[in-house]
Amino acid sequence: MTAVEPPWALLAELTHACPLRCGYCSNPVRLIGRSVELGSGEWAEVFRQAGELGVVQTHLSGGEPLLRRDLPELVAAADTAGLHTQLVTSGVGLTERRLAGLVGAGLRGVQLSVQHAEPTAAERIAGAHSFAAKERAAGLIRAAGLPFGLNVVLHRGNLDAVEELIALGVAWGADRIELANTQYHGWAARNRAALLPEPGQVERARETVLRWRRRLDEPELVWVAPDLLTGTAKPCMGGWGRISLTVAPDGTVLPCPAAATLPGLDPPNVKDRRLAWIWRESTAFNAYRGESWMREPCRGCALRTTDFGGCRCQAYALTGDARNPDPACHHAPDHHLVPLRRTSTAATHRETPAETRREARREALMEPPGEPRREVRREAPVEPPGEVHRQAHREVLGEAHREAHREVLGEGGA
Amino acid sequence: MTWRPVLARTVALRHDRVRDTDLLLLPERVVVLHGRAGGVLRLCDGSRAVPEIVAVLSAAFPGAPVAAEVPEFLSALRKEGWLR
Repeated sequence: MTAVEPPWALLAELTHACPLRCGYCSNPVRLIGRSVELGSGEWAEVFRQAGELGVVQTHLSGGEPLLRRDLPELVAAADTAGLHTQLVTSGVGLTERRLAGLVGAGLRGVQLSVQHAEPTAAERIAGAHSFAAKERAAGLIRAAGLPFGLNVVLHRGNLDAVEELIALGVAWGADRIELANTQYHGWAARNRAALLPEPGQVERARETVLRWRRRLDEPELVWVAPDLLTGTAKPCMGGWGRISLTVAPDGTVLPCPAAATLPGLDPPNVKDRRLAWIWRESTAFNAYRGESWMREPCRGCALRTTDFGGCRCQAYALTGDARNPDPACHHAPDHHLVPLRRTSTAATHRETPAETRREARREALMEPPGEPRREVRREAPVEPPGEVHRQAHREVLGEAHREAHREVLGEGGA
Repeated sequence: MTWRPVLARTVALRHDRVRDTDLLLLPERVVVLHGRAGGVLRLCDGSRAVPEIVAVLSAAFPGAPVAAEVPEFLSALRKEGWLR
């Protein structure tokens, strides 16, 4: 293997505690308790090592990072380490004073989550009174002049409200609105039956996004496609151990926030090892790095340099073996396991046996469509899951290598 | 009105010590700048018009095709929304 390139981005899950109860939460089903969270000094050391290693951006996330009282201290430590900091928050608990303290410490941007444009629906999805707090938070972020992203995780319960959600983002003054279809890991996998879109929902939402894009240059509208529906694997994390790393609240370091579910990964911890060793040498970070682990058809596929074989966690969740091609890909032998029918083609094509199987599967999953958050509550008696941010990261990371204007000034200016 | 380029509010110009290169940091994105692109952008502080930026660079790098390349570079970044 060639030398390992340094990482660009760090997802710092400062805590798994959160005032919200979203059923699609990206935190692991086994949440990490507050008593084993890294302390301020330990996080500062993580940021320092990350900066030395080459990380330039960090998302201070959770759970709800505002639940960390030492958040200003953590922002300052990250900023001092040369990391560009973004707070990823539900907005609950963000006051003018709190935000001023964070900006003073070096905070460079905020991503605010919203669940629906209509307060009652939003709070039903979030499982908590939160809409007024979010609206207030949006105003504070704008007033502080910080770059402001609004994040929406899309699922059956809000896909039909994309029009209103974009209008909300415009009204709240967001610079960027990310509409990310649910990725079925962790809590979202557990609550999949209640979250999976109805036929046609995704297509209509996508058309709405395209219509808004034609109308407005700003805010930037980001659509994170549902890989299960498109038949195209996502370039998960921009490649395993290639762009980004995640540090969990207890110091566990993962190539992806969902990777804790993979068997035999034996993820390292910042308490035991330096981040540079973890990134370059650890078994966990080398497990699916590069291409040597790939099986057919990925191994010989032209897409392997753009999708990196897709998502390992999804391959494991659906096939039982993380080395298999991501079933989301229509080339994958296990594509029939994808629990979502491709509605755009179903109407016009005669169903193949594979499609029929897919159909049958979906029906089975539809049984009790109850409230996802209720199940979350039952399953997480200790601590509630937090907001979802991994989609955001994927996006980041996918684009992190984007190279600009080499030819324009590379030689010319010299 | 004369355009006096300045980086957009959501864009930060940063030198990357580890990779020894200049970067634009955006929410969810990193743009790697090559050659002297970073130096050009450091002149984009909202006070200088494009011809002034060209003049500064021409004086600093005599013989370089600054007039041919810099305005095009700046327009390209404006189109991306990174320069205002």
